[in-house]
Amino acid sequence: MLSYVARRLLLALPTLVLVALAVFFLIRLIPGDPAVVMLGEGADKAAVAALHKELGLDQPLPAQFLTWIGHLLRGDLGQSISSGEPVAGLILQRFRLTATVVLIAVTLATLIAITAGMIAAWRRDTRIDLAVVGVSTLVLAIPSFWLALILLLVFGLKLGWLPFVGYVPFSEDAIQAGLFLFLPILTLTITESGVLTRMMRSSAIEVMRLEYVTHARAKGLSEATVLRRHVFPNAFAPTLTLVGLTLGHLLGGIAVIETVFTLPGLGRLMVDSILARDYPVVQGCLLFTAVIYIAVNLVVDLCYPIFDPRVTAA
Amino acid sequence: MRRRLKPNALVGAVLVGLLLVVVLVGFAWTPYDPIAIDLDHPLAAPSAAHWFGADEFGRDVLSRAMLGARISGAIAAGVVAAAVSLGLVLGLVAGFVGGWLDRLMMIVNDTVLAFPGILLALALMAVLGPSYGSLILALGVAYLPSIIRVVRASVLSIREREFVEASRVAGDGDLYTMLRHVLPNALPPVVVLATSLFGWAILSESALSFLGVGVPPPAPTWGNMLSSARPYMERASWLSIAPGLCIALTLLGVNLLGDALRDWLDPRDDA
Repeated sequence: MLSYVARRLLLALPTLVLVALAVFFLIRLIPGDPAVVMLGEGADKAAVAALHKELGLDQPLPAQFLTWIGHLLRGDLGQSISSGEPVAGLILQRFRLTATVVLIAVTLATLIAITAGMIAAWRRDTRIDLAVVGVSTLVLAIPSFWLALILLLVFGLKLGWLPFVGYVPFSEDAIQAGLFLFLPILTLTITESGVLTRMMRSSAIEVMRLEYVTHARAKGLSEATVLRRHVFPNAFAPTLTLVGLTLGHLLGGIAVIETVFTLPGLGRLMVDSILARDYPVVQGCLLFTAVIYIAVNLVVDLCYPIFDPRVTAA
Repeated sequence: MRRRLKPNALVGAVLVGLLLVVVLVGFAWTPYDPIAIDLDHPLAAPSAAHWFGADEFGRDVLSRAMLGARISGAIAAGVVAAAVSLGLVLGLVAGFVGGWLDRLMMIVNDTVLAFPGILLALALMAVLGPSYGSLILALGVAYLPSIIRVVRASVLSIREREFVEASRVAGDGDLYTMLRHVLPNALPPVVVLATSLFGWAILSESALSFLGVGVPPPAPTWGNMLSSARPYMERASWLSIAPGLCIALTLLGVNLLGDALRDWLDPRDDA
């Protein structure tokens, strides 16, 4: 087990280094002088020179990279051009909101997927199965931002049950914050449940065809026990992988949903920084999302042995 | 072995066919000029004159959605073409040559995969600046790694098969073996992936345009139509109906067609 963990950690290392390299060079790929691009045409020479110095652009490339990595390892992602705030603090503050929405929504979507997928596989080709497949196929086709707009229209405008747009931090008013987060979470739960349900259903069907399931049934175990003890644990791995990939990607920011509901999350921070050409923040966001993605997948990989002891031997 | 087409394949084909018809008709005729401003009828409600209403500049929503179909479709087709052609070459090389080259390519591939597709495309758009070309490039790069992975995986299993060995024993060169025997057999899963990719590209392009980093106005795409409809939710909720419906129906059609294609190419009793 320990060597499995160690090997998996070592495998993530080269990817991390390359991610850092990619993010470092991205800002240097901008045509023209990044400092001029960031400050706008016609910025005065002194400001441009100061920014050059701050970004380290006046040094040779390898030196720039080393300095940047050095700062990075100390958790220093630089300062935002537009607000002057430290990028790392900005990201962590925004990440809390995004992570709340994403974690709740993905957990709910996974629970829905497990229930609906298992039932559909168990009652394959019946009306229930058709309904599950039909709904999840339909859900897959609906863009999240459109669903968000429609939910907003129905619950916010027509029915007036929920606040329209905006956000209050939990620390200020927990109930109000919950109301603001309800629709974003609902939107994301619906959107993500489609693909997860389809995955759960098809892997459960594969497993149910195997001999040991027939054997378990022949032993006289109840259907519920067969499903819970024999089918589910073996059918869950592909869905778990997908949950990991989904989490890894969504935690990096749900830009479109945050935009519709005007939530100050990580995705919105990145989009706003791109529009404002605030490249240190863009770099920081990119790096952060990639690291989150690698970390989440690492955790998921380390979870496999819990479901399937054969994995460690591989 | 009978390969029977299911009814959902038919629905998918009809929806995709409908999209093609809309695009083709749009070349010859749209009810109104999609970018002509009519300040006498801003935010006109759906009526016989404007089936899906008019937007804040009095532009006909149906006409704009028709032109949007062409732009969104062309961008998605460009993304698929770019990602698939490049992915085929790189995946073939990685899978067939193997060794350290393969390992290096896979590490790079995993690195790109570590960035969420839409954020990577966003960042690339920030660097490249807004244009159709950079949109295709940004989305193509974002989706390239998944194509490379699929191609490589099927090449790895194909190159162990007897006919590849036979071709080598017969004295064929590597390049010939790769193009003549490996490539054709690696294609089916790529065709399925390319179909889904078309749907993803439509979705991502509309998301980018919705965020204001995709196709700049006044050219309409379904995404930027939705984006400009958002401030008028209260007064003109119909503005968000047509473009959203267009995206959803297109995606549904493409997904159903992709599912059918997969069942047809891989006729196991899969769900």
